[in-house]
Amino acid sequence: MKIITIAAAALLAFGTGSAIAQQKKAKAEKKVTVSAAKVDAVIKAGLPAFPAPPEEWQPRLTPDDTMKVCAATHNSPPKAQFQAIEKAEKAKIQYPADNNYMGDWKKGERIAQSGYGLRFTDYPARNPNGGNCYACHQLTQAEVSYGTIGPSLLGYGKLRDFKDSEVKAAYEKIYDSHASFPCSLMPRFGTNKVLSMDQIKDLVALLMAKDSPVNK
Amino acid sequence: MKMRTAVLAACLALACPALAVAQDSDTEKAIEKYRQMMKEDPWSNPGLLDADRGEALWKTPRGPNKVSLETCDLGKGPGKVDGAFAELPRYFADAGKVMDLETRLLWCQEKIQGFQHADLIKNPHPGGGQPVKDTGAIATWVANKSSGMKFSAKLDKPQEKEMVALGEALFNRRSGPFDFACTTCHAEAGKRIRLQPLAHLAAPAGAKAVMGEWPAYRVSSTNVMTMQHRLVDCYWQMRLPAPEMGSELTVALISYLTKNAEGGEIAAPGLKR
Ligand code: HEC
Ligand code: HEC
Repeated sequence: MKIITIAAAALLAFGTGSAIAQQKKAKAEKKVTVSAAKVDAVIKAGLPAFPAPPEEWQPRLTPDDTMKVCAATHNSPPKAQFQAIEKAEKAKIQYPADNNYMGDWKKGERIAQSGYGLRFTDYPARNPNGGNCYACHQLTQAEVSYGTIGPSLLGYGKLRDFKDSEVKAAYEKIYDSHASFPCSLMPRFGTNKVLSMDQIKDLVALLMAKDSPVNK
Repeated sequence: MKMRTAVLAACLALACPALAVAQDSDTEKAIEKYRQMMKEDPWSNPGLLDADRGEALWKTPRGPNKVSLETCDLGKGPGKVDGAFAELPRYFADAGKVMDLETRLLWCQEKIQGFQHADLIKNPHPGGGQPVKDTGAIATWVANKSSGMKFSAKLDKPQEKEMVALGEALFNRRSGPFDFACTTCHAEAGKRIRLQPLAHLAAPAGAKAVMGEWPAYRVSSTNVMTMQHRLVDCYWQMRLPAPEMGSELTVALISYLTKNAEGGEIAAPGLKR
């Protein structure tokens, strides 16, 4: 995580001043622009909610402040916004009262496999929401059907010496990925209430438990 | 979608890995088989059955007005189908709107044949295993009549430029419980979700490589899927509502994608996993 953050910071430092960035900016300025209000209206008219428009779905159509910045900067926010997001997202993380971050990795594996939940065919809900981690990450040797949008998490705990501080960091990562990596492509599972605190703890165990298949 | 739900249910119940991989490799094998067949005989392309059906639908008197679509203007003049798809989306003065192929077909069925818009866009896409609906079949035929040509929509009128810009904004917009945008899955080359390769649609090279294959016969759902339908599937993955067929939102996204694919060769109906 650290390496990626540093790389991103370096990119930002270089990127903003470079000739390429300035050229890009000049090109962008010449382009036709559409107002935010127009985009909002088109979204509301084009995504009429399915099958019937439940109230719960309305907020989905509107990006929050963090997502607005991420979209506008193509997921590479300049330094000031980068830091502002880090701070805002950190403040959204809720922690277990007993400071125990480790659940059951066997349950965690099932959550990592499942992409169920919140899609328009998932109502009324028949199963708990999944985290769909395998869609983007390699996690275990056994599962070869994994995606590559995120880095491989194979051996995650072992590579971090199973440290307590890393257990907490893993919890924070899953709860709100943007707290450590503003404009990450990874969903904010806790902040957006996709997964419960207990489910996140099960996933932490999957990553950090010594006997988890991630660390075999 | 049904098949996927079944696999998912099985995944939840049991050991999913073996199953998912088995399913993927079955699809892969089936695709290989079709590709081989189509190399030997281009007419064995399963999507062409729907294109034939589309041609018949175009020529048959239908709807309350009992007339055919042969006076429908797809941009190159009434009834002119050859090469029309290669120049879409475009602005149509009679409708006062930019339209992609499917949206234009809705318009012609409404204005010429007297169909009700609401009926046309109600359940407009097939479920897994069912044949593509009528509008999609006609679109498959019309697209096929541009096969071998290159995407050459000008998209230079103010209304068209605005549509492309709107499409780009929508492509980058992130919202919903997963914070997804189209860019989450389609802004980098060589990525995949599970084992499915993801097209790099934000770049000309990536868009050119795939856009000309739509409408496409999907081996995993054994039917033809149109671009309007493809968008529904992607919004499903984004945990957002299903986009309405022919809405400005869908036309804007298709305009943006087609602009990126400018110069790419059309080979429709293509074959998809
Ligand atoms: C849409 C793709 C996507 C999904 C789904 C996803 N992630 Fe990620 N994840 C990423 C990306 C991209 C990164 C790298 C950027 C970052 O650190 O946020 C990442 C980073 C991580 C990291 C930090 C890696 C490091 O090197 O420190 C962890 C841990 C992680 N993800 C766990 C999970 C878990 C657990 C799940 C399932 C609940 C999950 N991810 C679901 C895309 C995803
Ligand atoms: C969570 C990931 C994800 C998101 C987000 C997503 N898609 Fe997709 N998209 C896919 C997958 C998976 C496929 C099918 C790939 C396959 O079958 O090999 C696909 C296929 C496509 C294709 C056909 C590409 C080809 O290979 O021919 C188009 C076009 C497309 N998506 C457009 C979009 C648009 C526009 C958006 C935003 C509205 C979007 N997608 C959002 C995952 C996604």
